[in-house]
Amino acid sequence: MYSFTPTEEQQMLLDAVKRYADGDSRPAAREAEEKTQLPPELIEKGWELGVLQASIPEEYGGFGDYSALTGVLAAEGLAYGDLAVALGVMTPNLFALPLLLAGSEEQKKTYLPPVIEMEWKAYTAALIEPAFDFDPLELKTTASRAGNEITLSGEKIYVPYAADAEMIMVYANLDGKTQGFIVPGDAEGLTVGEQQKTLGIHAYPLYSLTLEDVKIAADQQLNGPEGHSLEKIQASWQIALASLAVGVAQAAYQYAIDYAKDREVFGVKVAQKQAIAFMLAEMGTDIEATRLLAWEAAWMLDEGKEEAYKHAYLAYSGAVDMVMMVTDRAVQILGGHGYIREHPVELWMRNGRGFAAFTGLAMV
Amino acid sequence: MISFEMPKPLVQTSNVVETVAKNMMRPVSREMDENEHEIPWGYIEFMHTATKALGSSSMAPDEAAKEKKEDPEKKKRPPINYQRLMVMVETLSWGDAGIYLCTPGGMLGAAAVSAAGTPEQKKRFLSRFKGEKPVFDAMAMTEPQAGSDTSAIRTTAVLDEKTNEWVLNGEKIFVTAGHKALVDSKGFIVVWASLDLEAGRAGIRSFIIEAGTPGCKVTKLEEKMGIRASDTASIVLQDCRIPYENILGSPKIEKSTKGYKGAMQTFDATRPIVAASALGVARAALEFVQEKLAENGVEVRYGIPRQKMTHIEHELIEMETQLRQAWLLTVKALWMADNKKSNALVASMSKVKAGKVATVITQKAVELMGPLGYSRDYLLEKWFRDAKINDIFEGTGQINLLVVARNILGYRGSQLR
Repeated sequence: MYSFTPTEEQQMLLDAVKRYADGDSRPAAREAEEKTQLPPELIEKGWELGVLQASIPEEYGGFGDYSALTGVLAAEGLAYGDLAVALGVMTPNLFALPLLLAGSEEQKKTYLPPVIEMEWKAYTAALIEPAFDFDPLELKTTASRAGNEITLSGEKIYVPYAADAEMIMVYANLDGKTQGFIVPGDAEGLTVGEQQKTLGIHAYPLYSLTLEDVKIAADQQLNGPEGHSLEKIQASWQIALASLAVGVAQAAYQYAIDYAKDREVFGVKVAQKQAIAFMLAEMGTDIEATRLLAWEAAWMLDEGKEEAYKHAYLAYSGAVDMVMMVTDRAVQILGGHGYIREHPVELWMRNGRGFAAFTGLAMV
Repeated sequence: MISFEMPKPLVQTSNVVETVAKNMMRPVSREMDENEHEIPWGYIEFMHTATKALGSSSMAPDEAAKEKKEDPEKKKRPPINYQRLMVMVETLSWGDAGIYLCTPGGMLGAAAVSAAGTPEQKKRFLSRFKGEKPVFDAMAMTEPQAGSDTSAIRTTAVLDEKTNEWVLNGEKIFVTAGHKALVDSKGFIVVWASLDLEAGRAGIRSFIIEAGTPGCKVTKLEEKMGIRASDTASIVLQDCRIPYENILGSPKIEKSTKGYKGAMQTFDATRPIVAASALGVARAALEFVQEKLAENGVEVRYGIPRQKMTHIEHELIEMETQLRQAWLLTVKALWMADNKKSNALVASMSKVKAGKVATVITQKAVELMGPLGYSRDYLLEKWFRDAKINDIFEGTGQINLLVVARNILGYRGSQLR
């Protein structure tokens, strides 16, 4: 049977996320953007919503079961408040969820509890590399195994909180396959660069990271020496980004509606002009359509459906286009005001463009 | 709990209908397209017999039949009638959208009677679909000077108090299946007419005219770009007299446009069904492209970064994404209809999206297939022609956008024209 109604538990979580988005993250977003940093107490408050904690089973220190669907619902709500804050709150997911989805039993027992049993800490991941044709399945960062030791070498960018990292899930190319490696933040051979400057999400601290013959034990490979498939992890990136994009788009859409219903032009409200109303109608339609595809992909993942990986990719691909279209139009509907930093739509448009480049920067 | 699991009975429906589409529709698709005013009787007889065997009289959800069954076990299951209709329409349109429109039994006319009719009217008009011979209905709304703007309707209905009959005068065009409803079977048409031209929308009501009624005549069959198997009739009403009881809804003209709005609500159910038809055509075109690419060893690499994609990969992935998105909107709209949730917004969204997506996908498909796409050796060019109607009938894409816009902005018609 079809159903489009969240469970009571999910609804409670969504209500809490909504309160945080409206009351905490949205009001703090602009200042955080201009100061290029996220207030730690704001992130801690978001962390206390317990979204990640509730998706980790008790034996690993959590208090729930993994659900991609609950994850996308929460991610959309968080991004509706502010994308940088959402990414900040969700950063530990980047380390914890690959472990949960693809790690060995021993790794889960060892590494998960410290992530989720305490306050928010910088557990993170390093995937993206500085090349226009960056492809997560053809990484240039290499891993080579010699006996019981693995050596990692390469150049990473957009590593969240690398400067404060407790642990980093580093992705590297081992014999042509992308594999995750559990690397302590203070490992020898790691060099963290300056905080990176990007088109949007200025508040989210991203760093370049150089790996120069970083040595780790062979059992630090995700799921141990036998390795793992990347499919689940990749699908998780994709649906996370799709739902975050829906959240950003929803924010821009709502803001544009409110503005257009308030602002007068030629004796009527801006929204009463078909040119504007039609744009809004298309925005609303495509947001809802993208949301449903993200939900469906998440549901398929939870149900272990075969088509899940393809749908996760379609959901992401559609979301990349949708969020650009919607945020661009939100700026357009505000006209000159949309271009002024007093309004948030220009920020959302800059953030919106990022989804094409954010591969692996979020997980649910 | 959110779920995208297709109800089990619908999986079965889908399989059965797919067999029909493959065996009864696709083989005659080209022939019916090239011989415009021929009627696909083979398909019609088959569908009539099959529907009768299932004990159902129409494709439209049968509200009356549902209320009769008080089986407590069955009551627990959520209703899926509209969802079933979606599966049928999508699959039949995948077979052939023109032939699908020739499906006998209750369609748009019956939907209007179901939505706005009294129990007596439902009995009088809907029982005919269960007879020996296939019967059709039709909805007559458009006029030469009134298309999307239904308030401009000039057909009049005047009560002759002596005989207690309505007398209708006017001309209707673009009546889908009008010929089959009035000439080829003992069906009926639902006609929109004005009780009082001065009253505008508030004066508009719908009336049922049965086949064989004097003064109601099919005057022309249109020649069209696509869906050629389906007849599109012009109907002239000249002092056409029908019983008083053939009016749907109240004859009293009130200041409000409640009656008109009631009639428009039929669209909340029918628009996603038209969306479903669009999706079927689009899927046919997409599958054709996928098959041809596979035959030629062209692989679509799902998951690779856009910067590394080929043009064909990019287009195909976008087509698939858009189709799935439109499909999900349509499922949601009909799930809401089944569960008696107000679905005006999502219903119109689904029609906007599906109409556009089907048009774009079929256009892209022809483009991607190069010379093969343009050839009448394949059905692809036909699907391109068939798909376009979905962006036009049951509200053009623009009218549906207007409906969506009014809904999201909370505006009345007077605030957003």
